[in-house]
Amino acid sequence: METMPNYSSSEERNYTIFAFTENKVGLLNRIVIIFTRRHINIESLTASESEVPGVYRYTIIIRARYEQVEKLVKQIAKQVDVLRASFYPEEETIFQEIALYKIPMTSMINSHEVEKIVRDSHARILTVDPLYIIIEKTGHLDETRALFEQLKPFGILQFSRSGRVVITKHMKDLSAYLREQAEAYL
Amino acid sequence: MSVALEIKEKEPKPETKKMLVTGAQGVLLSLLEEGVDTIFGYPGGAIMPIYDALYDFSDRLTHYLVRHEQGGAHAAQGYARITGKAGVCFATSGPGATNLITGIADAQIDSTPLICVTGQVFSHLLGTDAFQETDVLGVTMPVTKWSYQVTRAEEIPEAMAKAFYIATSGRPGPVLIDITKDAQNATFEYEYKKWNKIASYFPVPKLKQSEIIAAAELINQAKKPFVIWGQGVLLGRAEEEFKAFIEKAGLPAAWTILGLSALETEHPLNVGMLGMHGNYGPNIKTNECDVLIAIGMRFDDRVTGDLKRYAKQAKIIHIEIDAAEINKNVHADVAVNADAREALQALLPLVEKREHKEWVQSFFDAYKIEFNQVIREQLFPTTSGGIQMGETVRIISELTEGKAVLVTDVGQHQMVGMRYYNFKETRSNITSGGLGTMGFCLPAAMGAKVGAPDRQVVAIIGDGGFQMTLQELGCIFQYQIGVKVVILNNNFLGMVRQWQQLFHQKRYSFTEMVNPDFVGIAKAYGIAGSKVSEREYLQGQIKQMLAHEGPYVLEVVVEKEENVFPMVPAGESVANIRLD
Repeated sequence: METMPNYSSSEERNYTIFAFTENKVGLLNRIVIIFTRRHINIESLTASESEVPGVYRYTIIIRARYEQVEKLVKQIAKQVDVLRASFYPEEETIFQEIALYKIPMTSMINSHEVEKIVRDSHARILTVDPLYIIIEKTGHLDETRALFEQLKPFGILQFSRSGRVVITKHMKDLSAYLREQAEAYL
Repeated sequence: MSVALEIKEKEPKPETKKMLVTGAQGVLLSLLEEGVDTIFGYPGGAIMPIYDALYDFSDRLTHYLVRHEQGGAHAAQGYARITGKAGVCFATSGPGATNLITGIADAQIDSTPLICVTGQVFSHLLGTDAFQETDVLGVTMPVTKWSYQVTRAEEIPEAMAKAFYIATSGRPGPVLIDITKDAQNATFEYEYKKWNKIASYFPVPKLKQSEIIAAAELINQAKKPFVIWGQGVLLGRAEEEFKAFIEKAGLPAAWTILGLSALETEHPLNVGMLGMHGNYGPNIKTNECDVLIAIGMRFDDRVTGDLKRYAKQAKIIHIEIDAAEINKNVHADVAVNADAREALQALLPLVEKREHKEWVQSFFDAYKIEFNQVIREQLFPTTSGGIQMGETVRIISELTEGKAVLVTDVGQHQMVGMRYYNFKETRSNITSGGLGTMGFCLPAAMGAKVGAPDRQVVAIIGDGGFQMTLQELGCIFQYQIGVKVVILNNNFLGMVRQWQQLFHQKRYSFTEMVNPDFVGIAKAYGIAGSKVSEREYLQGQIKQMLAHEGPYVLEVVVEKEENVFPMVPAGESVANIRLD
């Protein structure tokens, strides 16, 4: 909401939507139906307690047009239990994802290749078990996907990637926003 | 301390006014605290503790036993619309709650404050598919402004206080409070404090003077300004400010069907109705004006027609309390995100006195064309055909001197009713606008009459809509609620038939109705009634109905294949409004 678009509003881009809420039963559902009703697919969604105690941060990634996101965020902000909702294009954020890969121990034993791949891709081995190893890789989608492709020949037993966690580049904190918002209303 | 917490700290702390009551009693005491004296409802297993407690409250709370929960929700809507207070309805869990949903959805889209209290199965049974268990919060989530499930009696006062605050503040809407049976049964120390602040809820934006100045500048420069207003004027109780504003700036003004009656029909600046079946002038002038001033309305598609060809030549000012409505359908050049009354009060001193005589006159020139081509024959038929809906409404309007409350259902009769009733008083029009709920009218009229017992309440219903909720004749009879019900019977689902005629090559697919004896139905319910099918008796029958003490059903057999014109065909530009 802070940023005006400097590109064609008909262009689809990745946006990060933040919703700061109180911890209320059913609120996740209330937020999600705003998207589903408009046929907008959520690419990823994470929820956690924010830097303010008792306030939860939903981080929602969608691919959409600017005006679509703007309307969505207004609908989210309108929900009674939502403290604040905002959105940012990718370039105004720093984000990260994490992926876990489960590989059979036999692949590790039979070749040194896996170890080399792990080292070269700046991943790390999280757990070693007699039957399997679990590799952890933090990185953007293309990086975790590349590692997936490299590990594929060794047999990936399980693969799981987290939703995106996002921090904005600007320096204003949530409290300042909330104060501003509270002042804008009676 | 964080601001979120600071704001939370400011939330009201309950004062000490403690007494030991059951959750059920707590619900009713909360209603009394909020000034409620009327409830529409229907009992059932999961809400029995509340009904048991209600037995002892009957001196302070009047409960109307509706015949179907949908009727309860619509009755509460009618009550809310006429009184401006929140309407209250009760229902049990499962089917009782799901039967409310049409009314809740209607209230949500038409911004009507509603408090729906539903019983729920015991909390230990939640999620077990218990008898009459429905996830009513989940089911109603898309159509409620807020909802809350109470599983402990102690939560009741706060939940109820928040419910009333949320339902009635800002842009109003329906709130659902679902209460498990064990929470109704448990005893707790009751204390009540009204709510007027919630940390995460911002119902009324602060007026920004810069926005007002920008709006006033546009209005003062305009050569062809045009006001379109909606229910925001009524909800904000801004009728006086609105009138002063348009009179000073000389602004022709047209209404959405939910804004109707905020300004008397015959006011010299009231140029009529917007949208699909609105008046000719307001539709074509939308695409001729240079400044379009929208007040408390949301640019519904039935008002705008094709958005790509809607008022493109005009600068648009949008005065609206709900930020999410601004730039939703139509881009506003100047957005005033504020309460209508406050905004108009601030605008008034800044707008210059103007008359725009020629421009205003052009609306009446357009009206003349419409009158000659469409209206005259509907209001004063010269042919010997069947009774016209329009003439029926005209006669009702004349005999009630424009002072009745007009409640309409959905369809042709609705458009005709609102086009031709000559409103003299504000808050006199009740209809289902956004949702277009057939079956709304009879229960809503019942609720309106309960809310305004001293006013004449006339329900105008089609033969289709009447049969969707006619069971409420039982409630009307039991409590002798003196509504006057006029069934405009054309033995057709008239509006659908009209579309079939115009857009589906007269393929009248399942729109013809073989109807029962409506007067006989009324009589079976102990309600007086009569039927008229000839013009010469129409006036006399309406007179008789209006003079009758108590409820009355008048069946008017109207012309079978009458069409409502003008009409902006769906998806067309408002400029392409058809007169025939």
